[in-house]
Amino acid sequence: MESLINAVVLLLNFLVVPALSYGSQLALGALGVTLIYSVLRFSNFAHGETMAFGTMFVILATWLLQSWGVSFGPLPTALLALPVGCIATILFVLATDRLVYKHYREHKATNVIFMIASVGVMFVMNGIIRFVIGPEDQQFFDGERFIFNARQFKEWTGLTEALAIRTTQVITVVTAIIVVAILFWFLNRTRTGKSMRAYSDNEDLALLSGIDPAHVVRIAWIITAILATIAGTLYGLDKSFKPFTYLQLLLPIFAAAIVGGVGNPVGAIAGGFVIAFSEIALTFAYRKFFAYTLPDFLVPDGLAQLLSTDYKFAVSFVILVVVLLVKPTGLFSGKTL
Amino acid sequence: MSFLIGENMTGGYGGADILTNCTIGVEQGEIAVIVGPNGAGKSTAMKAIFGMLNLREGKVLMDGEDITKLSPQARVYKGMGFVPQTSNVFTSMSVEENLEMGAFIREDDISETMHQVFDLFPILKEKRNQPAGELSGGQRQQVAVGRALMTRPKVLMLDEPTAGVSPIVMDELFDRIIEVARTGIAILMVEQNAKQALNIADKGYVLVQGENRYTDTGKALMENPEVRKSFLGG
Ligand SMILES: Nc1ncnc2c1ncn2[C@@H]1O[C@H](COP(=O)(O)OP(=O)(O)O)[C@@H](O)[C@H]1O
Ligand SMILES: [Mg+2]
Repeated sequence: MESLINAVVLLLNFLVVPALSYGSQLALGALGVTLIYSVLRFSNFAHGETMAFGTMFVILATWLLQSWGVSFGPLPTALLALPVGCIATILFVLATDRLVYKHYREHKATNVIFMIASVGVMFVMNGIIRFVIGPEDQQFFDGERFIFNARQFKEWTGLTEALAIRTTQVITVVTAIIVVAILFWFLNRTRTGKSMRAYSDNEDLALLSGIDPAHVVRIAWIITAILATIAGTLYGLDKSFKPFTYLQLLLPIFAAAIVGGVGNPVGAIAGGFVIAFSEIALTFAYRKFFAYTLPDFLVPDGLAQLLSTDYKFAVSFVILVVVLLVKPTGLFSGKTL
Repeated sequence: MSFLIGENMTGGYGGADILTNCTIGVEQGEIAVIVGPNGAGKSTAMKAIFGMLNLREGKVLMDGEDITKLSPQARVYKGMGFVPQTSNVFTSMSVEENLEMGAFIREDDISETMHQVFDLFPILKEKRNQPAGELSGGQRQQVAVGRALMTRPKVLMLDEPTAGVSPIVMDELFDRIIEVARTGIAILMVEQNAKQALNIADKGYVLVQGENRYTDTGKALMENPEVRKSFLGG
């Protein structure tokens, strides 16, 4: 019996809890991708960089606050700096829209052209980020590291296995819930939110109803910038900030958006968790888990790991390909904001 | 001079002209119907009047004011409502949200107008929380008309409002459209069901290849043997 509880604690600690927080980060990222897709109708390849860009400003503001001696008690100072990152990112994406995408909208360019333009924007942002903060790893977490750590857990429970909950994991999940709740309230209850859904549903009819496309596009960018900054900051707090990692995040984020059905916010959230759980479950070494649950002679000698963690991005890629082959519209049919 | 009139309209989608010297008008409180074979340019004429097409020649006047250069949105503000032939509802949004979006340009309280639409189409009240995409063809058309009525337009333009609905639903829709016209709104409508439509029309236009072939009162067109033979199936 006790070994079974140990097995569950083991899974919770190394699989479920990390996947919940990673899934929340992916979900917030995928929401931004989905929002731009349903309003501007292209896949925004600059989204990973947008997350990095926002996070960079949060880090800079965090350092400034820290130098002033400001802190947020047990919580990371970065949370106080979030508005700065959001505003900087909003201004940047609105400027990008004005300078780049607006031109292509006026020329009624196809979505492939928009997509390629977004790759260009991605490279520019990439350069700016490396220029401002550099390509190295940045730690900007402060405050209390754990809600409770492994030693405390073992003392309370007397179990061999331990469950440690890091502050960033809880912050990530709680923030994601709050952000998603506000986003859905906005889309379903406010006039502006509904007009965004209307525009996404039927552009021509939205025009006939007097909905201003420029306004809808602006709001979509603003929300995307906020989502990207929050997602990037949560990821950076949880792991660390390294510009290259954010570029790599694009793959699981796109996979999440597409698995859920691109254009569908509920799908983006579900997709985020599907990808996170698959990635972590497939790269998890199950040896210890089997040792707790199976009779000794059945326990494998090796790590019992399906995939080396080096291949974690392959998981997103394979899921992406399978979904596109089997159900291209995603789990929740796409294109409904 | 009609309340709304597209005068001597000539133009197309950028290539060859679809409309040639075409004139269509409607009075307040009256129903004008455009009939004609497929591809005659009926929808194109509607789009031209609504400003969704650049006219090479001719003009559009409403209440004596030249609105030829106005965008479709600006025409909505002027009091025009348009129900396109296809994709005329927000399928992923509820019936009530469709009506709210119809009233998007209004800053005042829309609940009374919504009540009026629900009085006109009681089924919509029942289905107010259902996505419009899940409704039957006839119910969708009611949503589409209801959406356009939400701005309290002076002119309502309907492109084949009875496309794909059963004859019973069609009669029902025509009754509702007559009711709307009685409130003083000018109704300009394209119809495939030419006979039934001309029956309720104050004015009828027979369009062929983008030109006016016959223009008369609905009744006169119904009685015109040539129109009957060529366009009303005998
Ligand atoms: N968006 C468009 N672009 C180019 N040509 C069009 C377009 N829509 C319709 N047409 C052409 O205009 C002509 C008239 O079409 P339409 O006005 O839809 O006819 P109707 O509504 O009377 O059936 C047709 O020859 C059609 O092919
Ligand atoms: Mg037509």
